[in-house]
Amino acid sequence: MAVHQPAVVAVDADEGSVRSRISGRVRRRILINVCRVALLGGALGGWELGVNTNHIDPFFWGQPSGIYKQLKTWITDGTPQGSLADQILVTLQEAVYGFLIGVSLGVVLGIALGRNRFLADLFSPFIKVANSIPRIVLGALFTVAFGFGLTSKVILAVVLVFFGVFFNAFQGTREVDRNLLSNARILGASRWQTTRQVVLPSAFTWILASLHISFGFALIGAVVGELLGADKGMGLLIRSAQNNFNANGVLAGMAVIGVIALVAEALITALENRLLRWRPPQMAGDAGV
Amino acid sequence: MSSSPSINAIELRGVTKRFATPSGGIHTALRDLDMEVAPGEFCAVVGPTGCGKSTTLTLVSGLEKASRGTVKVDGRPVTGVTPGVGFMFQTDAVFPWKSVLDNVAAGPRFRGAGRRKANDAARDWLRRVGLAGFEDRYPHQLSGGMRKRVALAQSLINEPRVLLMDEPFAALDVQTRSIMSDELLGLWEQTRPAVIFVTHDLEEAIALADKVIVLTAGPGRIKATFRIDLPRPRKAQEIRFTDAFVSLYSEIWEALRSEVETAYARSTAEVTT
Repeated sequence: MAVHQPAVVAVDADEGSVRSRISGRVRRRILINVCRVALLGGALGGWELGVNTNHIDPFFWGQPSGIYKQLKTWITDGTPQGSLADQILVTLQEAVYGFLIGVSLGVVLGIALGRNRFLADLFSPFIKVANSIPRIVLGALFTVAFGFGLTSKVILAVVLVFFGVFFNAFQGTREVDRNLLSNARILGASRWQTTRQVVLPSAFTWILASLHISFGFALIGAVVGELLGADKGMGLLIRSAQNNFNANGVLAGMAVIGVIALVAEALITALENRLLRWRPPQMAGDAGV
Repeated sequence: MSSSPSINAIELRGVTKRFATPSGGIHTALRDLDMEVAPGEFCAVVGPTGCGKSTTLTLVSGLEKASRGTVKVDGRPVTGVTPGVGFMFQTDAVFPWKSVLDNVAAGPRFRGAGRRKANDAARDWLRRVGLAGFEDRYPHQLSGGMRKRVALAQSLINEPRVLLMDEPFAALDVQTRSIMSDELLGLWEQTRPAVIFVTHDLEEAIALADKVIVLTAGPGRIKATFRIDLPRPRKAQEIRFTDAFVSLYSEIWEALRSEVETAYARSTAEVTT
């Protein structure tokens, strides 16, 4: 029941053992990073070796050195459709807009339905059906309806992001500790105050968990939208590489998107730690994969 | 007290409360319960597990409605959550994402006070419960006893005329619990709300209360009421060794024991069938 903090332990335990525990943690971290690099190096090296020994056909599967060359060309000479930075910015803009709109809609509707039984019962079959259809196909419709520009990609990203966030916000709202709700009511909170100050922070644990996956979905929405029809962006870059049978180009495009996703993930984790400061460390710690 | 002494602070008349059980049956928690608590009176309610002690509190607070009968606070029927009623829950109900200061200031803030005013009042109450200097901590950084103090300050800052306490110190260790009992008495003397204090600890009940009510094994009805005429101010840690305390204890325990045995027999019967 009583939750003891590392700070308390540090006072009680003698300093030597604390220090050795900290250095143990550092050592473990270094070990993990070394292993990660080794794993990546092994995979890429094996791939390269496979190509050089004719076990892998680079026409279909590309090769690491070719991908590296392709990236270098894009960075130094630009892509056929403009500078690489431009393509990244276009895709990023679509993904971020889609992400923000999708998350806002998901949070607002998730909490609204979580707080209101009638609305929940009314909408639940529609939402379940909408969630189970392959929404990515809608991208084709959006491209026709909204054209090759920003709008069609943002809408596709919104559609992909919305459901994950919605279901988490909904569930998080349902799971709020009843004692806390009662306490807020007794202390004089209005329904809106309860939603704002009790339900929202409580559901945030759930919502933030969904954000990690959601930005990935937003990127997928943007890139697939561009694959289906665009005049700029990473998706178009990949598409034109594919049309030229340039496997290295396709993979280089994917690598760039991967880096974007990693950076976004780091930002979301930072946001999570900032917003969930109030949680005990053992709960707020590494979220795992 | 501002209200005239003839009006009870809390009054329950013929109150019955039924719940639908998950299996589709009906569970009667309280049947034809009559109870009154005078303004400024400290009333402890004891009874076996599952006798509807906590249900009584949710009815008085307005969180739940009685199936039958009337519940009045300050002479007015309870129809919903009533301002002027404070509630301390058995489990932690302080908001884990608010700092200690914001937790205590929550009540006045909910009721429309400005941030400055609410924070000043909250600081004052934190000082009174002995938590000055902990304003910026989060609840998870405090011990169980300290969290109870936060909860106490959070309730008392609204200056309730009626304070409902549902085994508030049950989760604490014995030493912390008796310290909290003394602090509670000290704070209660300052504002003198009418209190219903639900507990299964008879010693705690006698040490704190003016009146101890024994409920029957569920459905809860009043089995007996005992007046506790021990002098105030009391020290909960010391009073339990006085002769008067000991004789009250054995008298009330006599009434309570058969109910506890009934409840226990039932619960073991449920397990074996």
